[in-house]
Amino acid sequence: MTSNSPSEKRLEELREQAWKDGVVPGKGVDVAGGPIPRQPGYYGQPVVKPPVWTWEIPFYFFIGGAGGMSAVIASAAFTFHHVDLARAAMWLAAAGSILSPILLIMDLGRPRLFINMLRVFKPQSAMSMGVWILVMFITCVVPGLIALELHALQVFTGPMDQLLRIAASFLIFGSAIFGMLLATYTGVLIGATAIPAWFLHRVLLPIHFGTAGLGSAAALLELLGHRIAALNALGYYAAAVESALLIWLSVDKHGAADRAIHEHASGWLIRIGEILTGPLALVLRLFSLVPFAAISFLIGALVSRFGWIAVGKVSGSDPESVFAAEHY
Amino acid sequence: MIGEGIQSTNQRKHSYVQDRVEVGFFTDPSVCIGCKACEVACKEWNQVPDDGFTWSGNSYDNTGHLGASTWRHVMFLEQDRQKGNQITGPMGLTEAEDPFRWVFLSDVCKHCEEAGCLEACPTGSIVRTEVGSVLVQNDVCNGCGYCVVSCPFGVIDRRPEPLPDAGGAFKCTFCYDRQKSGLVPACAKVCPTESIVFGRLDDLRARGAERVQQLQQSGYNDAQLYDPTETSVRGIHAFFLILGEPEAYGLPPKPQIPTIYLKSAWTSAFATAIASLIAALAAFAFFS
Repeated sequence: MTSNSPSEKRLEELREQAWKDGVVPGKGVDVAGGPIPRQPGYYGQPVVKPPVWTWEIPFYFFIGGAGGMSAVIASAAFTFHHVDLARAAMWLAAAGSILSPILLIMDLGRPRLFINMLRVFKPQSAMSMGVWILVMFITCVVPGLIALELHALQVFTGPMDQLLRIAASFLIFGSAIFGMLLATYTGVLIGATAIPAWFLHRVLLPIHFGTAGLGSAAALLELLGHRIAALNALGYYAAAVESALLIWLSVDKHGAADRAIHEHASGWLIRIGEILTGPLALVLRLFSLVPFAAISFLIGALVSRFGWIAVGKVSGSDPESVFAAEHY
Repeated sequence: MIGEGIQSTNQRKHSYVQDRVEVGFFTDPSVCIGCKACEVACKEWNQVPDDGFTWSGNSYDNTGHLGASTWRHVMFLEQDRQKGNQITGPMGLTEAEDPFRWVFLSDVCKHCEEAGCLEACPTGSIVRTEVGSVLVQNDVCNGCGYCVVSCPFGVIDRRPEPLPDAGGAFKCTFCYDRQKSGLVPACAKVCPTESIVFGRLDDLRARGAERVQQLQQSGYNDAQLYDPTETSVRGIHAFFLILGEPEAYGLPPKPQIPTIYLKSAWTSAFATAIASLIAALAAFAFFS
């Protein structure tokens, strides 16, 4: 009765009138928590289920992306006779190929049954394709690294060394093929789902994940001391693409359907990630602050992966997001 | 069917699994009384664990939504709309219209014609049965969680710790174990008003269309079937009659199977992969 809210005032009027006349005609007031809820959908309950994935998955996106694209750099470096750089890149790729399955298995609800992933080959499931891409990546990277190291350290001589060199070049090329797919398929993985903010950006996501992977691989190699013009050029390329994607994201809005990208904490993660990988990395490189540009890009690439999973959780829990996505 | 006693498809033994006949559920809220017997029967028969209890404050619905440990869910809608040709107005004292209706609908896995969860499953744990239902094989599922984000209806979910069988994905099994023995799914068997009808899919579709017509003639102007046959889901085997719009029931008006997004996403992925390889080769060719 002390409240001055309109509904409380109306309630007071109704009480007075009821006291005087015994009957109150017309509508009453909607009380908060009253019988007819004003939430979207069914009591605001999610229409689709938000992802159950925890920190391992965005971290895997980062590790797999950087590892996969390291193999691409290794292949290019090996082709142009930068053997030391190719070795460093293959070590990175191998580290990524070992860490990736560990992270993936850790995230499973039943890690001991992970081997069931290898029962089927299913082109219509991006998860199944991803598993096989990862298997092929490991199959190429680990022997590829061994062959490359044996060749580089001149362990054997004569025809055996020739054979190792040929084997290494084939395996490194194979690693590059499966590595570049490993870095990009993750965009398909979350793009081809029922989560509106993800599927509305299914074309952008593989570009973002792949390019972030390439930039991260170049940045890691630069931080390991390989300060060469070719890696700097790749750094420019990745930062430029990421800057373009930042503009794309801010133009290609879908209202309530993908508001998780522009609002909430998830929106901030996306924004911070895109700025660190895009404009900031670009500017730092222009001022020749290469290590800072590399660090900025790496942090941005990691943050934006966490951002995209957070976007999925927010968008998947928002019934209005699903209803609004119909119109696109 | 109602009035057929033990000859009703909800009660009599059948051989649909052996005969490989497509079966389904038709759920009709116009006769549902909100008793939740379907929820209880489902939990008991399938030994679905207790996943906690909280007062939601949302009408009489304290179940919330379908999930790993909720395979039938009775929704309680309170709407300021007329139900059929009911007499409205506040207790009949004045002429003012103040319509109100209470609608109950038992939600369940839709067993889609094109099922998102089935296509997404990377272990082959989710299969299509002889009767056209979608079944998760619990002993094969490793809990990757990809079906969870691939279901356009938000039905399947991963069961959290510390519940029994935690880590796997669960949803309605269409009582496949009962059906193999010629029994009717538990929820349909116990439904006291035959709001849930189990039977041959073609029979049910005809029955659903007939029921909509009947209701519309009796003043339920907003009665319609919810069976998205014109989207990429291409129809559902557990379909519903709804009063009003699907959004109010938390049902997506145009559900799509996520595999339709694969083509554009993979094209983008391949293009990015090739572009990255060319960029790397070009960088080493021109800058070293």
